Amino acid sequence: MDDLIAEFLTETAESLEVVDSELVKFEANPTERKTLDNIFRLVHTVKGTCGFLGLSRLEAVAHAGETLLGRFRDGKLEVTPLAVTLVLHSIDRIKVILAGLEATGNEPDGDDHDLISQLEAMAEGQEVDLSTVKTVEVPDRPIGAEIDAAEITAPALGVGDIDPATGRALRPGEVSEAELEAAFAAADGPEDGLKPGDIDPATGRQLRPGEVSEADLEAAFAAAEAPDWMNDSAPEPVAEVKAEPVKAPEPVKAAAPVAPKTPAAPEPAPSLGGEDAQGIATTQSIRVSVDVLEGLMTLVSEMVLTRNQLLQISRNREDSAFATPLQRLSTLTGELQDSVMKTRMQPIGAAWKKLPRLVRDLSYELGKKIDLVMEGEGTELDRQVLELIRDPLTHMVRNSADHGLEGTQERIDLGKPANGTIKLAAFHEGGYIVIRIADNGRGLNTARIREKIIEKGLASRGEVEGMNDQQIHRFIFAPGFSTAAAVTNLSGRGVGMDVVRTNIEQIGGQIDLNSVAGQGTTFTIKIPLTLAIVSALIVGAGAQKFAVPQTSVMELVRTGQNAEHRIEKINDALVLRLRNKLLPLVQLGPTLQLEAAKDEDATFVMVIQVGERRYGLVVNDVLDTEEIVVKPLATILRDVDVFSGATILGDGSVVLILDPNAMSERAGNMLEEKAAEETEETITDAGSQKVAMLLFKAGNGAPKAVELEHITRLEHVESSQIEIMEGRAALQYRGKLMPILTVNSDFSGLISAHSDETHIQPLLVFTGEGYAMGLAVDEIVDVVEDHMTIELSADRPGVRGTAIVAGRACEILDVDYYHLRGLAEHQRQPAHSSEKAVA
Amino acid sequence: MSLRDYVTLRVGGQLFGVDAARVHDVFHPRGLTPVPLSRSEIAGVLNLRGRIVTAVCARRRLGLPPREEGAPEPLAIGLEVHGDSYGLVIDSVDEVLKLDDEKFHAPPGNLPPRWAEIIVGVYQLEKELLIVLDPHTLLDAAHLKAA
Repeated sequence: MDDLIAEFLTETAESLEVVDSELVKFEANPTERKTLDNIFRLVHTVKGTCGFLGLSRLEAVAHAGETLLGRFRDGKLEVTPLAVTLVLHSIDRIKVILAGLEATGNEPDGDDHDLISQLEAMAEGQEVDLSTVKTVEVPDRPIGAEIDAAEITAPALGVGDIDPATGRALRPGEVSEAELEAAFAAADGPEDGLKPGDIDPATGRQLRPGEVSEADLEAAFAAAEAPDWMNDSAPEPVAEVKAEPVKAPEPVKAAAPVAPKTPAAPEPAPSLGGEDAQGIATTQSIRVSVDVLEGLMTLVSEMVLTRNQLLQISRNREDSAFATPLQRLSTLTGELQDSVMKTRMQPIGAAWKKLPRLVRDLSYELGKKIDLVMEGEGTELDRQVLELIRDPLTHMVRNSADHGLEGTQERIDLGKPANGTIKLAAFHEGGYIVIRIADNGRGLNTARIREKIIEKGLASRGEVEGMNDQQIHRFIFAPGFSTAAAVTNLSGRGVGMDVVRTNIEQIGGQIDLNSVAGQGTTFTIKIPLTLAIVSALIVGAGAQKFAVPQTSVMELVRTGQNAEHRIEKINDALVLRLRNKLLPLVQLGPTLQLEAAKDEDATFVMVIQVGERRYGLVVNDVLDTEEIVVKPLATILRDVDVFSGATILGDGSVVLILDPNAMSERAGNMLEEKAAEETEETITDAGSQKVAMLLFKAGNGAPKAVELEHITRLEHVESSQIEIMEGRAALQYRGKLMPILTVNSDFSGLISAHSDETHIQPLLVFTGEGYAMGLAVDEIVDVVEDHMTIELSADRPGVRGTAIVAGRACEILDVDYYHLRGLAEHQRQPAHSSEKAVA
Repeated sequence: MSLRDYVTLRVGGQLFGVDAARVHDVFHPRGLTPVPLSRSEIAGVLNLRGRIVTAVCARRRLGLPPREEGAPEPLAIGLEVHGDSYGLVIDSVDEVLKLDDEKFHAPPGNLPPRWAEIIVGVYQLEKELLIVLDPHTLLDAAHLKAA
C-alpha cells in the first residue's frame, strides 16, 4: 500500500476516534465552542487530506459533514440529538470507507448519496427544523446497517490508533486547529492571521516552517469553499495546551520563528498525510512499530538477566576491580529497563476512547439517560495488558447500561436522579492497576440469580441457602450464566461475564463485584501493570526451585512441628486451619511427582487465590523473591500445563514458573471450592443461622455431624440384638425390621461386637414415609449449636462436605443419601428375611 | 553433483547426521533443570548464554538404552524448531562431512515406526551407514506425542 495512504489511515482513524468522543461531549453541551471547533477541524483535516490523495468518496462525505458542522459553528442551526446522530453516521460511513481502503488500498465502491443528501438537507433546512427531522429519519436504516460494519472493522483500524512511541494518541486535529485559526484569520485579513505572534500565545507552541504555507493553503480552501460562514466566525484563539513531555529533541529549522517556551510543552505536530512533506521533520514524536519495541523489550530483559548474573559473580569475589563499573552498569541497566518499560506504557484512556460513543448510542437505543463519568484516564499500564482489557471493559460498560441501570421513568418513580451514571475509575495500587466500573442502577437481583444457580445446576438448593449475597452474586461469573430475561441486541447472551473473568484471569488479574439492591453494582478489576516482568517468590520443593508469581500469593503461613498452624488430614486430603476457616492444601512436591519430595517436611503454606478459588500450596522452603522475566516454554513442553513459563535467575540457573491456576486444577476436587468469605460477613449474614447439630464418631477419619432436625431419635441397643446377614444388618424395632447402616458399609465393627460380649450400640434413627432406618455409629459426642458453612466439597457419597463445627473440622452427613439407602433396603427386605420378621 | 554439509554424531554407537546448516552450536548440557511431569524424552531446560534451551535426550527419543555408567560427558547440538531453542543431547560429535546428494538413499522400509518418521534418508559411507535425522520431526511436539 502507498505509504501516504497508510499514514493517512492511521492518522484518520485516530482523528475519528477523537471526533466520536468530542461529538458526544458537544451534544451534552452545545454551547461549548471549543469542542465544536475541535470537531470541525478534525473533520476538515480529514477532508483536506482526502482531496490531496484523490479519495473522492471520502472527501464528499467529509465535506457534507463539515458543512453541517459549519452550520452549528455559526449558530445557524440548533444542535439536536438527531443532528449529532447524523454526523456520527457520517463518521461511521467514513470509517467503513477507510476499512475498505485499508483492505484493498483503493476506495471501495459505493453510493453515499443517501447520507450526503441528508447531511445537506440538515445543513440547509435551518429554518424548518421539523421538516428536516422527517426527511432524515427515512434513510436512517441503511445508515444503521453500516454502523454495524463500521463497528466490526473498527478494531482493525484501532490497532494503529495509539502511537507506541509516546504511548498516547497523536491528535492531528489539534495542530490543524492552529492552522485553521490562522486560515480563518487569513480570510479576514492576512496580516492578522499570519503573524506568528498571534498564534503563539494562543496555541502555546512554536510555529514551524511548514505551517505558514499550509495556513495559506487552508485559507485558500476556506475562502473558496464557504466564505459566507467562514468569515462570520471570528478567529478565536484556542488555548488547549496539553502538558506533554517533549519526547525527542525537535529538529530546529533555521526558518522557524522561535517562540518562548511555555512551561507546558507543546503538542507535537504530526504530519498531515501527504499535504506537507515537511511535516515529518517537524514532529516531536515518531511512530515506532510495536515489533521494534517488543524486540527492544526482549533485549533489555536479556540484559537485566545478564546484569543479575554478573552481580552474583561479583558478590562472590572479594578483590573484584569490576565492582564499581559493574555497579554503574547495573544502575544504567535499571534505568534503561524503566525507560523501555515506559515506551510500553499507555494511559488507560486509550482503552476508554470508544466508550463515550458507545454509551451515547446505548442511551438512545435503550431510551435511558446515561452519564458516563471517567476518572483516572491518565493512569498508565502496559500496552499489551491494555489491548487485553479493552474488550472486557467495553462489555462491562455495555452490561451496566443494559442491565444495571433502570429506565429513566423507573428511576424517576424510584426517586433517583433521572440520569443513570456509569462511572469508570482507574488508579494504581501497588504493582497493580485497579479499575472500577460502577453504576447507580438497580443492583443485582439476588433472588433471580439464586433461582438460576439452582436451575442451571451450579449448586444445590441447600448450598445456595447457606451463601451470602456476595457469594451468590459471584455466580454471574460462572460459565453460561445469564440472568437477562430477554436477550437484547446488546447483551444477555450468557457468554458475558465468564468470558470477562477468563480474559482478566489470563493476564493474572482478578475481578470482583459488589452489588447493593437499589443502589447499583460496582465491578472491581485488579490487573498487573505489566506482563513482561513479574515479581515472583522462589520456592523449593523436592530439591528443585520453582517460581510462583507473587500476584496470586495472598500470604505465607509457616507450618511444621512447632508452628502455630498445623496441617491436618481429612481422609487423605490435607487441610489447614487458618483463622477459623479450612484451607484445602496442595502439596507441590508430590503433585509434581518429585521423588525427593517424599522425605521432606512441609514448612510453608502459600495461600494462593486464583479467581474465586483459594488454596494452600505446601512447599518445603521459600528462598527468595526476585523480579523475573517470563519466557515461554518451548512447544514441546506445552502439554505440561502446570508451568506457565521459565526464567533465568541471577545465578544463571533456569527455574520453571508455576501456573497457580493449573496447579489447583491438577489438585482435583477442590476445583469446586469457592474462596472463603470474610468470616465476619458470613456469620452476620442472615442466610447462615445457627443450627443444632449432633456430633458423632463413626468409621475412620474426621468426626461427623448431622443436623439434629433430621434425626427422629437416638437409640442405644444391645449389639446382640442386631442381626447380621449377607453383608447387611437389621434390628427388630417397634415390631418391624429396621435396616441398620454404617457410614462405610462395613459391618465388621458390629460383627465383632456380636460374637464377643454384648455392648451398647448407639444408633441414629431416621424415619421417612412409612419406614425407618438406623445408622450405627461408634460414639455420640455432643449436640451443639453452630453456624454450618460447608467449606470443602465432598469427595465421596454420604458426605455433603466439610465444615467447622464447634471449632472442629467435621464431615457433614448427607441425610438424603442414607434415606435412599434405607429405602432400598426396605424394598428388598421381604425376599430375604421374611422368616425372621415372622419370628 | 551437489555437496551438502552434515554434522555427524553418535548416539548409542550409531552414526547419525544432521544438516550442518541447521546446527547452531555444540555445547555441554550442564545445569539442567528437570521439568516435572514432562515426557521422558525431555532432559530438562538450561541456560545457554541467556537463552532458555530445552534439552531433549536423543537416546530416549530413539528408544535406545540409557547411557552407561562412566561414559564420557554427553554433548548437545543446538537446533531451532518453530522459533524455540532446543538442545539434542547426544553421545559425541564426530566431524563435519561433505556428502554428495547422489549417494543419498531413502530410508529402508523395515525401520521401526519411531525411527522411520524422524529419518530423512541414509548415506552409504565406506565403513558404515550414516543416518540423516530430520530435526523438525525429531523435536516436534505432535510427533513426540505420537511416538
